[in-house]
Amino acid sequence: MTAIRILVGTRKGAFILTSDGKRKKWSIDGPHFAGWEIYHVKGSVVQPDRIFASQTSSWFGQIIQRSDDGGKTWLQPGSNGTAEKAAAEGMPQGESNMFVYDTSETTGKPLNTHQWYDGTQHPWEFARVWHLEPSLDDPDTCYAGVEDAALFRTTDGGVTWHELAGLRGHESGPDWSPGAGGMCLHTIVLDPANKSRIYCAISAAGTFRSDDAGKTWRPINHGLRSEYIPDPTAEVGHCVHRIAIHPSNPNTLFMQKHWDVMRSDDGGDSWREVSGNLPSDFGFPIAVHAHEPETIYVVPILSDSLHYPPDGKLRVYRSRTGGEEWEALTKGLPQEHCYVNVLRDAMAVDTAEPCGVYFGTTGGQVYASRDSGDSWEAIVRDLPAVLSVEAQTI
Amino acid sequence: MIRVVLPHHLQTLASCGREVTIDVDGVVTQRTVLDALEAQFPMLRGTVRDHLTLTRRPRVRFFADGEDVSHESPDTELPASIVAGDKPFMIVGAIAGG
Repeated sequence: MTAIRILVGTRKGAFILTSDGKRKKWSIDGPHFAGWEIYHVKGSVVQPDRIFASQTSSWFGQIIQRSDDGGKTWLQPGSNGTAEKAAAEGMPQGESNMFVYDTSETTGKPLNTHQWYDGTQHPWEFARVWHLEPSLDDPDTCYAGVEDAALFRTTDGGVTWHELAGLRGHESGPDWSPGAGGMCLHTIVLDPANKSRIYCAISAAGTFRSDDAGKTWRPINHGLRSEYIPDPTAEVGHCVHRIAIHPSNPNTLFMQKHWDVMRSDDGGDSWREVSGNLPSDFGFPIAVHAHEPETIYVVPILSDSLHYPPDGKLRVYRSRTGGEEWEALTKGLPQEHCYVNVLRDAMAVDTAEPCGVYFGTTGGQVYASRDSGDSWEAIVRDLPAVLSVEAQTI
Repeated sequence: MIRVVLPHHLQTLASCGREVTIDVDGVVTQRTVLDALEAQFPMLRGTVRDHLTLTRRPRVRFFADGEDVSHESPDTELPASIVAGDKPFMIVGAIAGG
């Protein structure tokens, strides 16, 4: 029988919620890594019991945790003393909690500066891993999006991490600037139909695409318009919050930008707005239905100054037309006095039938729908603030 | 035998109690204590001091026999009470928040 595992990262630890295929009764396991910020937890699609977790602290730095038994036990893969001194391709040595920008002459890029909040230039400094994206075909390979924005990759299960420096070293790098949460690479999308194609999104730089497995990159932000930056249609500088694709149609991308919900039907080469009748087109997450490539979900938030839902009503909006026409999904969600936020990595879908949709809030609730969003119920209500939600169908 | 007190989050990371004991060869300094600590608990590498520069992380402080030695040279010998194991070398997360 199918089972569902929900991986939840919070401000004070990780939680694992599990259910059988009916998705009516849930068991809650945690906190794992109690007290630490868990920015993201995600499992491998080829080996679902292999799970990577980003455990981070402003005090004590970055740890990568890995489980090979579905989250029952964990290890720090780079800290067991067995790391090779140099990887085969000559990249810098690393440990699981050692993310070093690659400045080598052979594969690296000089460590330059980026734009700071006040417009001055600021040194690139590693802070934390925001997002982990396991490979679609190799359980030992995983990508990490970090702050200050850069993309790293492990090919040995997290023992060593190497920067794919072509992204950070892009000529537009000095124009990138931090969003409110820092200058983070928060979204990594791997094209299931083309192993060489990778998408990344950075706040506040925009969306980038590589067609050579991460060596070189180009910004793909044509069509975005951001009134809050000096040149609203600039090539870079857009605060993209999240992008998503459906595996069956990977040339179509959906984007929740700071303001505006966007879509592209040409692999990001051009974008058009599909905010339509949303009550607010500000928000963080965007997700695609597992079985319907034109059904998408967002959670409208009132504004960038007021990080809570319009009218105190927590509403997921669903479009079955790939945008423009949206319907409010409210059954089971609080419709008064609700002032929580839903962060960019905190929404996910399972692949069961009907599709399950899940999201976590800054108020500590994790909501689930087992009918594609028609109705919702809270799996758990009082976790620490939820940073990320991922769903595994196992 | 040197006694070292760890902050809560590093206790959970290293799966140990509040205080651990380590053996240090030669002169007992911040550097030799931390080298020995990281050898015994490899998962602590990079959490107290930077991986590459081995400098103290900004929000970590060191106390020895009641004195803040965070800004002392890492190669200065620690007080006799630490060397003798009478008092612990304390690694403290800087206080922040209300």
